[in-house]
Amino acid sequence: MPSLLFCGPKLAACGIVLSIWGVIMLSMLGIFFSAKSAVLIEDVPFTEEDIRDDKNPPQNIYGLYNQVGINCFIAAAIYVGVGAVSLCQVRLNKRQEYMVT
Amino acid sequence: MSSLFRSEEMCLVQLFFQTESAHNCISELGHLGLVQFKDLNPGVAAFQRRFVKEVKKCEEMERILRYLEKEMVKSNIVIAATKEKEMVPCARDVLEFESTFEKLEQELREINRNHAALRQNLIELMDIDSLLRMTEDFFEEAESLLTYSEPPSEDSVSMTVSSHITSRRNSNSSTSGALHLSFIAGVIKQDRFPAFEKVLWRLFHGNFVLRHAEMQATEELQALRGAVKKDVFIIFVQGDHVREKIRKVCEGFRASLYSCPKTLYERKQMSNSVMTQMQDLRMILRRTEEYRAGVLTRAAEHVQEWSSKVKKMKAIYYTLNLCNIDITQKLIVAEIWCPVSDLTLVQSALIKGSEQSGSSVTPVLNRIQTQQTPPTFNRTNTFTEGFQAIIDAYGVGTYQEINPAPYTIVTFPFLFAVMFGDCGHGLVMTLFAVWVTSQAESLRKWKNELTDVVIGGRYIILLMGMFSIYTGLIYNDCFSKSFNIFGSSWSVRPMFHPHGPWQNETLHEYHHLQLNPFVPGVYSGDPYVFGIDPVWNIASNKLSFLNSFKMKMSVILGVSHMLFGVALSLVNFVHFRKFQDIFLQFVPQLIFMLSLFGYLIFLILYKWCITLRSEMAPSILLLFINMMLFDYQSEHVLLYRGQKGVQIFLVLTAVLMVPVLLLVKPFLIYRTRMKTRHQVFGNNLNDQHGTDTRSSFSQHQKDEMVSMGDIFVYQAIHTIEFCLGCISNTASYLRLWALSLAHAGLSCRSTCTVFGNNLNDQHGTDTRSSFSQHQKDEMVSMGDIFVYQAIHTIEFCLGCISNTASYLRLWALSLAHAELSEVLWRMVLQVGLKISSGMGSLMLVVLFAAFAVLTVTVLLIMEGLSAFLHALRLHWVEFQNKFYEGSGYKFTPLSFDSLLKTQH
Repeated sequence: MPSLLFCGPKLAACGIVLSIWGVIMLSMLGIFFSAKSAVLIEDVPFTEEDIRDDKNPPQNIYGLYNQVGINCFIAAAIYVGVGAVSLCQVRLNKRQEYMVT
Repeated sequence: MSSLFRSEEMCLVQLFFQTESAHNCISELGHLGLVQFKDLNPGVAAFQRRFVKEVKKCEEMERILRYLEKEMVKSNIVIAATKEKEMVPCARDVLEFESTFEKLEQELREINRNHAALRQNLIELMDIDSLLRMTEDFFEEAESLLTYSEPPSEDSVSMTVSSHITSRRNSNSSTSGALHLSFIAGVIKQDRFPAFEKVLWRLFHGNFVLRHAEMQATEELQALRGAVKKDVFIIFVQGDHVREKIRKVCEGFRASLYSCPKTLYERKQMSNSVMTQMQDLRMILRRTEEYRAGVLTRAAEHVQEWSSKVKKMKAIYYTLNLCNIDITQKLIVAEIWCPVSDLTLVQSALIKGSEQSGSSVTPVLNRIQTQQTPPTFNRTNTFTEGFQAIIDAYGVGTYQEINPAPYTIVTFPFLFAVMFGDCGHGLVMTLFAVWVTSQAESLRKWKNELTDVVIGGRYIILLMGMFSIYTGLIYNDCFSKSFNIFGSSWSVRPMFHPHGPWQNETLHEYHHLQLNPFVPGVYSGDPYVFGIDPVWNIASNKLSFLNSFKMKMSVILGVSHMLFGVALSLVNFVHFRKFQDIFLQFVPQLIFMLSLFGYLIFLILYKWCITLRSEMAPSILLLFINMMLFDYQSEHVLLYRGQKGVQIFLVLTAVLMVPVLLLVKPFLIYRTRMKTRHQVFGNNLNDQHGTDTRSSFSQHQKDEMVSMGDIFVYQAIHTIEFCLGCISNTASYLRLWALSLAHAGLSCRSTCTVFGNNLNDQHGTDTRSSFSQHQKDEMVSMGDIFVYQAIHTIEFCLGCISNTASYLRLWALSLAHAELSEVLWRMVLQVGLKISSGMGSLMLVVLFAAFAVLTVTVLLIMEGLSAFLHALRLHWVEFQNKFYEGSGYKFTPLSFDSLLKTQH
């Protein structure tokens, strides 16, 4: 079975840090988007038609908010995966250190 | 009393101890780490000192130890770390160590030599072995050639040997009669072979047969020799003298030749003997390596202990070189600087040392009075060490003057945070600092200069991060977005019909709309509870509001910081008992600053507190400028009744302080001089002058070693100083005017003091810095006093304006940071958030990674360094030039702990 190790110890550590940060920040962003925070209005991809042709305002915009929020949560989940992979790499690196010496 | 408030009181102590107990006493003092030995033989050159031979011996031992450590690292032997405190050996142990080390070194070198020779032998034998195996086939071919009498054609020279072979034409003359072929066999590097072949061909025109094959590289061979590829070759020729030529060619190509027996039987025998020889050699090699490992392992247990002992011995001998040994060779006299509060500790250490050496006489401590300036010693712990270091980087404080370090612990991170203010970035910085603090010991092992700087400043970074979280909450800025925790005070809905003026059409017509706080309901009447209202984050005129706020805040912070600095100078005056200076310098300076810049702060705060219509509100800057120019026209709007009178009074007061600063002190000095005309004023006057000038560096500071970090910081400060200090620099040029005025005006006065030479001399060495020592004994003329006072006054007054403006960098940097943060969010993360399709999440993942990396490199590292630098400059220049002299020298005690820590 070929070695599953593909990155060195430093890259794996960076990966862990990045994934922890990503999980926390993206899930918080997801929560804030779901809470329809006004400060994040510029991050929501609405157009003029959305506002003008809205049958039931402001449900269009709310729908877009929810979409972006779900995107954020999915990204946070992907980062959980990245974090798990990095953790494996860190463990494999430590094990290899034992075996060489 | 030991605290950070002021540097410790030091005393000069003479020590007398016996020569036998010298080693132990000094080693005890070294373990204590509280005394600095003074050099009692300053005129003696290094090679003339008494213990120079012993120092050389110690250095030789250090060299041997380093060699041993290198060998151990090469053979992957672990060096055990010793933690217990070793006793320093006395003089006779030095000899024992010396002999042990020399023996070890010789042994190791011999082992290495033998090992190398054995390896070479083994390689040769392996070459011979493969040569013999491969030439079997060649010999068969040669014999088959011998039996056939016709010259073989081109096709029949195909051989059965597997690897590629070059064929050459046989010589035609070999057909008749018995052939006497002789051959030469050897090994040559593969990349040299083509050239070798060409040379042979040119020499002998094909009168030879050359066969070659690549040597099979076994793993063992590769381990021994490396990846060099070699070829085995054999040349069949006729005649002996041709052999000689070929031999010479082979030598030129550095091919190793081996004698090969002719008959099969002999070859087989040779092969066998080579095999047995190789096996023997392999065993010997292994035994040698084991022996070497054993020697090194035994040494590895002690090498740390030895090396620390040797370092301590070297330090002791070096210290002994600084002491005086009296005629009878029995007594050693040393002079040390030590803190007064630690005298008992020093005494007990000496007694312990003399007891250990078994001498009967206890050492004598004798405290002596001296006029020399003692070194400056600030007792720090791991937390305050970093802050003291950044103060000392600018200038070590004068003996017993106020130490700015305890205030810097708070003001420095605070000023940094004002420029950095972002809770998200502050949180990342705090977490990073917490990690570094918890891993400090293991990170120290990396021994990188950069990591050492980060580890030394870990508490500074921690405080900077925590303060940044606080200012981030006040600026309401977290990765460029605001939090709405308490509910915004502004509300948009009341602007619409029926409360307010907006209609549906208004939204279609206008791109930008302004909330009118006078429409009821729009502004709730109470400001946001803590910090900037989150509504500003989505307002398009955010910057014009925030800029005004931040500029005024910077001026307030700056003036308060400088007033604090002036107040600290009062404490210095009280301590050094210069009560006259309190009235002649501190009070006028304070009044000048308060009446101008204190009033500016009052105006700012007043304007913030009252309600004004924004169209009619007067600009504070214009008010201030008009105040200075006495420009009161009727259409100018004033803030309060009676403002004109108050302002005129304040300006006149400030202007009145200038001649007070300028003239009163010189006149007082003149008067006292006239009274005591024939006395020498040297000490009295020059003490005041020496501490009167607000100097920064004295000459001997410049001789100290400056590290790379310092060079970088000083260069940066110089550049900022040049760009921003134009007013202050103009004031500097006014000294040309002041000096020429003084020279012209006062040189015609006929008094008893001699001007000409003195004044010219002073012109030549004219710096605003402290007087050098020899000037203490010269007479100082009136003109100089007047001139220096004038420069001092102008510098202060114009410097106030320039320094206040300098604090505006707080605003500038905080604006830069906020804008960078917003740009990063908008250009990087927002792109990912705005993709609403299914791929949005994946793009978000990638873009978030880019956002994180850019945040760390650009915003945290680059902006962090920039804010750090500017906060440092504000402290060093604007704050410290109000009271700090910084012309002392640092206390460097003999301490074994720091010795062992700094040397690797």
